[in-house]
Amino acid sequence: MVYTLVYENLKHRPVRTLLSALAIGLGVTMMLTLVGLGEGMMEDQAVRARGVGADLVVRAPGSSVVGMGSLSMNQNILNFVRSQPHVVMATPVGIHSTGGVSSIMGVNFDEFSAMGGGFKFREGGKFADQGEVIVDDLYAREKKLKVGSTLHTMNRDWRVSGVFASGKLGRVMIPLALLQDLASANGKITMIYVKLDDASRTQEVIDGMKKQLPEYPIYAMEELIKQFSVSNLPELKAFIGVVVALSVLFGFLVVFLAMYTAVLERTREIGILKALGAGPGYVLGILLRETVLLAAIGSMAGILMSYGTRWLIATFIPASFVQAIVYSWWPIAAAITLCSAVLGVLYPALKAAKQDALDSLSYD
Amino acid sequence: MAIIEIQNLRKTFRSGDVDVHALAGVNLQVEKGEFLAVIGKSGSGKSTLFHVLGGLTPPTSGTVKIDGKELTAMDEAGRTRLRRESVGFVFQKYNLLPTLTVRDNLEIARDISGVKGPWSEQFLDVVRILGIEGKMDRKPRQLSGGEQQRVAIARAIVNQPAILLADEPTGNLDTENSDLVLGLLKHLNKKFGQTVLMITHDPEAAAFADRTVQMRDGLLHGA
Ligand SMILES: Nc1ncnc2c1ncn2[C@@H]1O[C@H](COP(=O)(O)OP(=O)(O)OP(=O)(O)O)[C@@H](O)[C@H]1O
Ligand SMILES: [Mg+2]
Repeated sequence: MVYTLVYENLKHRPVRTLLSALAIGLGVTMMLTLVGLGEGMMEDQAVRARGVGADLVVRAPGSSVVGMGSLSMNQNILNFVRSQPHVVMATPVGIHSTGGVSSIMGVNFDEFSAMGGGFKFREGGKFADQGEVIVDDLYAREKKLKVGSTLHTMNRDWRVSGVFASGKLGRVMIPLALLQDLASANGKITMIYVKLDDASRTQEVIDGMKKQLPEYPIYAMEELIKQFSVSNLPELKAFIGVVVALSVLFGFLVVFLAMYTAVLERTREIGILKALGAGPGYVLGILLRETVLLAAIGSMAGILMSYGTRWLIATFIPASFVQAIVYSWWPIAAAITLCSAVLGVLYPALKAAKQDALDSLSYD
Repeated sequence: MAIIEIQNLRKTFRSGDVDVHALAGVNLQVEKGEFLAVIGKSGSGKSTLFHVLGGLTPPTSGTVKIDGKELTAMDEAGRTRLRRESVGFVFQKYNLLPTLTVRDNLEIARDISGVKGPWSEQFLDVVRILGIEGKMDRKPRQLSGGEQQRVAIARAIVNQPAILLADEPTGNLDTENSDLVLGLLKHLNKKFGQTVLMITHDPEAAAFADRTVQMRDGLLHGA
């Protein structure tokens, strides 16, 4: 019966209900989008790293595990790596930052392609030695590129010679030698991907290499891929904390305002309920239920809107950002929202519960 | 047996530096099943008396017993229980919950009292007598004033309170509807033995009651 009243109250002011729910939902969307971006981008990086097809990677001394890296490793190392037991293939890769999160990757195409079982071109094919670039399909979609289009980067125009299926480490690739030349880093590379004749010997090979290259971080690819996890990004975790706090504050304020005005608007109704013998608990219960319902509607709206942000990201900036749908965060975001909503209704509900029945009934 | 026993009841309001003695030593006995009219000029203390009797506000001093329960000793929780269990109110301004249908207005009064299950035969009878059985799914604003007041009466007695307090129940109604509502109150009083106390300043309305008392400056005369 109380639910009928709660439901009728929500229906009675549809705009208030809708706007409050949407505002509550916005907090949920903020949390889900951010968490989804963290997970999505890590997942995407992992998929792209796996796509190289290597068993281990040798990185420059002092480079970070998940960072992009730069042209800082001497390529002479390559000969050493190739001479190691069990190594069937070793290919150098150069990465040059082109500002922000974008970078351009230099590869020895045939070698790099062979290691990962070949590129799948959506259109076109491999680049020429000069003036051509290949891009992945997400980058092509974001920048509206096709075979034959012109891409401007590193201070020059490039002709797109091919668009390949994403999942090959980089999104924009040119010949390694050309990259070294343009970046004035001749003889420098970023890392070396290595394929072994027997993947189960990876650790053994790493141990062997490390004896002679003690400064070089050498990772098994499986180990490296495990590092692509949100838990290894303390900055992101801190940022998620900030957004959660903002959502709590936001939900609190929205509910406080919505329910406070509702209580003021309903002094007569509250007086009637009290005259009928409703105690403070009964009145409190009504407002609490209304709030929980608002929070539930808001959470659902927020979840739906997080699909909206994912669509927007996938449609307009798929190469820069990837948003995953993280189901495990649905109940977390909903619970956080519920808590903030309950905090928000506390004062209005107590005010209503303490209201004197005569206050409103006696203005006849 | 007296269902209401009031001795030397006082209620004093403090407004600024002045004490307003709204009730200045009221004595009254009401028998079970009686229909009593209280008349008096505006500001004489009629509503204040009902608010004290109905547990909407505590008395300042004196003794008030309703259905054997002593009111002076009650705290807010006790008065809430009194309103829930022993008293039904009818106001001049019907005071139905505007977002609920007639049925739900009646149901919520039952819900507050923790009553569940289908309506009793007696209450179905009340609903028929009041002529509102066909209006159950309407919202208050889809009803005339007379109809709303009949719903308010049904709501006031749905939990079979010891006393029904009606504060100018016909104040907003035209003569025809007034007579209808007053007739219905009398009918319910006679048929079910419902004790009714009614405030009015209309002597014709008071004529429907078994007995009339007059309030003047916080004191009851003719009690
Ligand atoms: N909450 C209050 N605070 C201060 N004074 C009050 C309060 N309620 C009532 N009074 C005063 O008590 C006196 C009695 O008021 P009451 O409402 O009982 O009169 P009444 O007989 O019902 O009048 P009416 O016929 O106009 O309804 C009045 O002088 C009124 O101003
Ligand atoms: Mg009055």
